[in-house]
Amino acid sequence: MKLFEFEAKNLLKKYGVEVPPSVLIAKGEDARKKIEEAGLEPPLVVKSQVLVAGRGKAGGIKKADSIDEAVKLVEELFEKPIKGLKPSYILVEKAIEHEAELYAAIIIDRSERKPLVLASRYGGMDIEEIAKEKPESIIRLHIDPQVGLRGYHARIIGKKIGLSGKALRSFSNFLSALYKVFMDYDGDLAESNPLALVGDKVIPLDARIIVDDNALYKHPELGERKLEETGEYTEWEIKARSQGLTFVELDGDVGIISNGAGLTMTTMDLVYEFGGRPSNFLDLGGGADAELVKKAIRFLFEFPKAKKIFINIFGGITRCDEVAKGLVQALEELGGMKKPIIVRLTGTNEEEGRRILKEHGIEAYTDAIEAAKTVVKLQA
Amino acid sequence: MEVDGIPVFNTVREAVEETGANCSLIFVPAPFAPDAIVEALDNGIELIVCITEGIPVKDMMMVKDYMVKTYPNAKLVGPNCPGVITPGEAKVGIMPGHVFKRGKIGIVSRSGTLTYEAAYQLTRLELGQSTAVGIGGDPVHGLTHKDVIEMFNKDPETEAILMIGEIGGTEEEEAAEYIESEVDKPVFAYIAGITAPPGKRMGHAGAIITGGKGTAQAKMKALEKAGAYVIENPAKIGETVAKILKALELEEEERTYEAE
Repeated sequence: MKLFEFEAKNLLKKYGVEVPPSVLIAKGEDARKKIEEAGLEPPLVVKSQVLVAGRGKAGGIKKADSIDEAVKLVEELFEKPIKGLKPSYILVEKAIEHEAELYAAIIIDRSERKPLVLASRYGGMDIEEIAKEKPESIIRLHIDPQVGLRGYHARIIGKKIGLSGKALRSFSNFLSALYKVFMDYDGDLAESNPLALVGDKVIPLDARIIVDDNALYKHPELGERKLEETGEYTEWEIKARSQGLTFVELDGDVGIISNGAGLTMTTMDLVYEFGGRPSNFLDLGGGADAELVKKAIRFLFEFPKAKKIFINIFGGITRCDEVAKGLVQALEELGGMKKPIIVRLTGTNEEEGRRILKEHGIEAYTDAIEAAKTVVKLQA
Repeated sequence: MEVDGIPVFNTVREAVEETGANCSLIFVPAPFAPDAIVEALDNGIELIVCITEGIPVKDMMMVKDYMVKTYPNAKLVGPNCPGVITPGEAKVGIMPGHVFKRGKIGIVSRSGTLTYEAAYQLTRLELGQSTAVGIGGDPVHGLTHKDVIEMFNKDPETEAILMIGEIGGTEEEEAAEYIESEVDKPVFAYIAGITAPPGKRMGHAGAIITGGKGTAQAKMKALEKAGAYVIENPAKIGETVAKILKALELEEEERTYEAE
């Protein structure tokens, strides 16, 4: 789950990091009153709280030289979609004069299975650009997860990005806090870009934290993110997710339902192989029951891009008879095959599954290849 | 306590003391699975298969780090995997046993159902499997592609290796390096997700193309360079393996004939 800038900064603040003085304005609140109450003096920076990268370039961050101007910008930004997303909050911050913009981030390096610290003296652009333009400027250091990030790690990195003296100590404190937040909150990413160098200290002008979705149960205080706010999902993906379906929208017309991520991807690849184009990825996961199958079918009946449906099941922990029951129930409840369906059913309890389908006039394939060829040729 | 004649214990220690158990198969939910792995390790179990899906990456990172440092001989399969099967001999997992058949091909795969699909295609062509290992679809897991290929390379019952990868991460590339330098047995490789769009997580937490890395194309290229037979068409996994093994056998026969 991506955190908003203000949430990420609040966490850093909790861990002792100095962040720019600011006030958060929710939609409908009196911006002038809040800015004045917070005692913020211009110049100010007005920042749209949306969860997309490249917010600044898209016009979501503006500078204001007076409170009047800031109030006007708050109103404007609430109405301005940034890459399709309108904010629910605007952060008004004191503008910080600074000498340099640095970059610092922590991720998990999956092949080394260790946290990896990345830092550069050339912040302000995204890491992929830095990597392209100044690859030698990116300092990388793996951290032993049992030992954690120690002061000397931070000092090594700080020195390599050109810091010394008090600034180095400030950077070292910042990096330690960033690491703690990253570990305590199960981060996929914790990043500050730009991390401003102001005299002899560093101050994060922006902060980005992504929390591992699987770990959210440990952090109820973070609350839930509305899918609409993430900017990652299409309208139909949001609908699917709110029903508990693992669904990715694609551009073709063959609706796909399969079980297991690998087999679902392979089903897509198969449809391509025979000249078709999948309209989606829909993975039932392991151990799907009739109810979930029904839900998936109902969903693809509604999903306009899917003109025909290919159900490709290889039962392991998933039982073919449950899949068959779900399909039959869906058809009974929804008034028959709204769209043509081709079923491939193999694996656990396949005889029973096939028998149930046959009773209802559906002949299931055992072979995915034949089934894929058929569905591609099918006239919707 | 017993359930259907199977003894049930409250702790791994009791189970190990009373039965001499040396393998643990873990199904407990994600918040408790890391504990279950550590409990098994601390009680001397050296083969642990974890089926559980949805374990936080950090928790797995800590568990794997502890395992590698403290119990270097222990082997963890998974999490988020179907387990291990040696057809006709043993199964520790959730795969449908009947699609597997005893034979000479070792299968290693990040995907459960895709392992079944591949085994099914092989079995239908009378090509049996020595062992199939599902290593799981999470970003941090136990045995890697390379680890299992190394084991197959040493296993006298395995004569050919089928590796099933998917988009995301760099494990297939690491396996390719090993294959190039160490493996003489024929290696076949299929990578799922040739048509997957970048930036979208395809079901598995680990199956995502980020920053142009982890594409099926890059993995196939690395494997091809390493001398593996890369199978692009998922419909032809079985067929391709059969055809190439046949050709290799003929070559071998000719060589023997010439030698005589």
